[in-house]
Amino acid sequence: MSSTSSSPDPAGARDPRVREALRRHRRRTVMLQVVLLVTWAVAGLGCGVLFADVLQDAWPGKYLGFWFAQQGSILVFVVLVLIHALVMNCLDVAHQRAIAGHAAEQAAS
Amino acid sequence: MSIQGWTFVFVGITFAAYLLIAWLSRVRDTSGFYVAGRGVPAAANGMATAADWMSAASFISMAGLISTMGHAGGMYLMGWTGGYVLLALLLAPYLRKLGNYTVPDFVGDRYESSVARLVAVVCAIFVSFTYVAGQMRGVGIVFSRFLEVDVTVGVVIGMAIVFTYATLGGMKGITWTQVVQYWVLITAFLIPAIAISIKLTGSSVPQVGMLEMLSKLDGLHEELGFASYTTPFAGGWDKLNVACVTLSLMIGTAGLPHVIVRFYTVKNVKAARWSAFWALLFIALLYLTAPATAAFARYYMIESLNGKQSEELPSWFTSWEQTGLVLWLDDGDGRVAYRGGEQADDNEIFRGGKLGAAELTTIRVDHQAWLTSGGREGQDGRAILRAKGLAGPDRDIIVLATPEMAALADWIVALVAAGGLAAALSTASGLLLVISSSVAHDLYYRIIDSDASEAKRLTVGRRVIGLAVVVAGLLGIFPPGFVSQVVAFAFGLAAASFFPAIVLGIFSKRVGTVPATCGMIAGLVFTGQYIVGCVYGGWPPWCFGIGPQGIGVVGMLVNFAVTLALTPFTKPPSAEIQELVDSIHEPELSSDSA
Repeated sequence: MSSTSSSPDPAGARDPRVREALRRHRRRTVMLQVVLLVTWAVAGLGCGVLFADVLQDAWPGKYLGFWFAQQGSILVFVVLVLIHALVMNCLDVAHQRAIAGHAAEQAAS
Repeated sequence: MSIQGWTFVFVGITFAAYLLIAWLSRVRDTSGFYVAGRGVPAAANGMATAADWMSAASFISMAGLISTMGHAGGMYLMGWTGGYVLLALLLAPYLRKLGNYTVPDFVGDRYESSVARLVAVVCAIFVSFTYVAGQMRGVGIVFSRFLEVDVTVGVVIGMAIVFTYATLGGMKGITWTQVVQYWVLITAFLIPAIAISIKLTGSSVPQVGMLEMLSKLDGLHEELGFASYTTPFAGGWDKLNVACVTLSLMIGTAGLPHVIVRFYTVKNVKAARWSAFWALLFIALLYLTAPATAAFARYYMIESLNGKQSEELPSWFTSWEQTGLVLWLDDGDGRVAYRGGEQADDNEIFRGGKLGAAELTTIRVDHQAWLTSGGREGQDGRAILRAKGLAGPDRDIIVLATPEMAALADWIVALVAAGGLAAALSTASGLLLVISSSVAHDLYYRIIDSDASEAKRLTVGRRVIGLAVVVAGLLGIFPPGFVSQVVAFAFGLAAASFFPAIVLGIFSKRVGTVPATCGMIAGLVFTGQYIVGCVYGGWPPWCFGIGPQGIGVVGMLVNFAVTLALTPFTKPPSAEIQELVDSIHEPELSSDSA
């Protein structure tokens, strides 16, 4: 399970189509991470701290700023990590399929 | 059966279970000792991470902190959960992909430097010892209150248990004990919260019950002069400081070595992602309930004391009064008045803080003389304690005393004691393993004697963990400070040292040895001197008014700034390392996950 056994063989890494698949996977990963991190910042630091007073006063008696600081932000965090696990594992499978399909093509030709 | 009887039963059963697991999961090789043979299922690792994570501070002190801080207490809740998002997205899967044993191991390999490794080892040991001190104090509090044994005896018993399962089973023993400890602590936290919620609000969901309580609580606060419980930034915490502490705790969470190391124990990257989710879910169970417990405790604390005469005072008050964690100094009318804010001069409820028993007795004797003489002799103890900032009960008793305040069944009160011990011991053992692996693996094997045999390395690992247990025990008997405060400092230091080094190590191919090492040292020195200066040196918070608890964010920025500023002037890492960084980001092939 060390780093050497999990990296693809050098010949595979040089193949342009494998490299393209890797680039696509990396691009999608970064996009997902940016979206999730922005949500993380808005829910936690934004609603929980920076705009907590605005939220609290916007609907008097509903304690929305308080609720976000002590409940809402945590619920958002759990959902974010769940989405990350689901989507990333799907992206990994999609990548493995792309590589396997390409390898099968090569073997056939 | 009495509370004490039930406590003996619960503590006895749980401790016996921990020892049994220790025997069943003893290990013979270093892979088992440091990373549990990388065979821990994702959900089990999630539970172990949660138990590892939720310390005596989370269990005993956090609800108490929120209870006294109101809205601002949310920074602990957000800080200690939000960090898992960073961990799950940016660190855990990549570190697992690389497959090291420890965090210093990653730093040393990625930056190809023994110096970087050594700095990381020092950081890991320092952070872990700061943190473990808080745990041992928690063990001491629980033992001295519920089993009425001396704090020292309590700490020694706790240490003996940890010593047994940590030296026998290493990470494997610790993991499976933590799984059990998670269920002990979460049951012990949820049952009283639900029982109190039903009793106080009629709702069996504490989170819903809390929302119904808030207007009543705000009303009481206003009447008695306390700052509003729900209004943001009402009680002494401004927006900047709340934001800084929240961020420090989040980033510190992501950089704490005993949490990161848990992700090395799972089978593959996929399992690392899932186990981050399970961990946060299991943690959220407690963290979503803690604010409810805090609100209920606040209500009881005010209602059950105010206006009472000494014979009407609840029994929990008298038993906690003996520990000095809550004190009543009457103004002469024979009725308790718990006040705050502009009515603080009338407040009669205090805590002993760090004052010794002799000092407290002097204050009480002088106060009695002051009362009987009508102010001609002696001294008003209330003014003395107020001047020392000791108004209000100690936060550490809130969770432990709330079930008694709500007059819940004896077995529930006793269950809380077992839960507090589980929380403290599980975190302590995780930290002790980090200390052991940092010294035995990174320092001894990787730097001092790289020819050491497997058996020799295992022996060294066991010896170091044994020694660390003894040091941690000493820190518990002679505690360096307030539980939560000590822990909050560990986060600042972790945020300022590890987080930037690991993130840049994963996401940049350009950052090399010298900038990373200088960055870590700069972050650590800046944060360390600021905390020590502000807390012990009496400095004003000179950095934009940011308090010592939130300074970790600035330390992290210093670390990033130093690292990135030096990078263009130093040579990039070798070709192999650049290839290694590329390989971290490549998805696993299906053969790996088999």
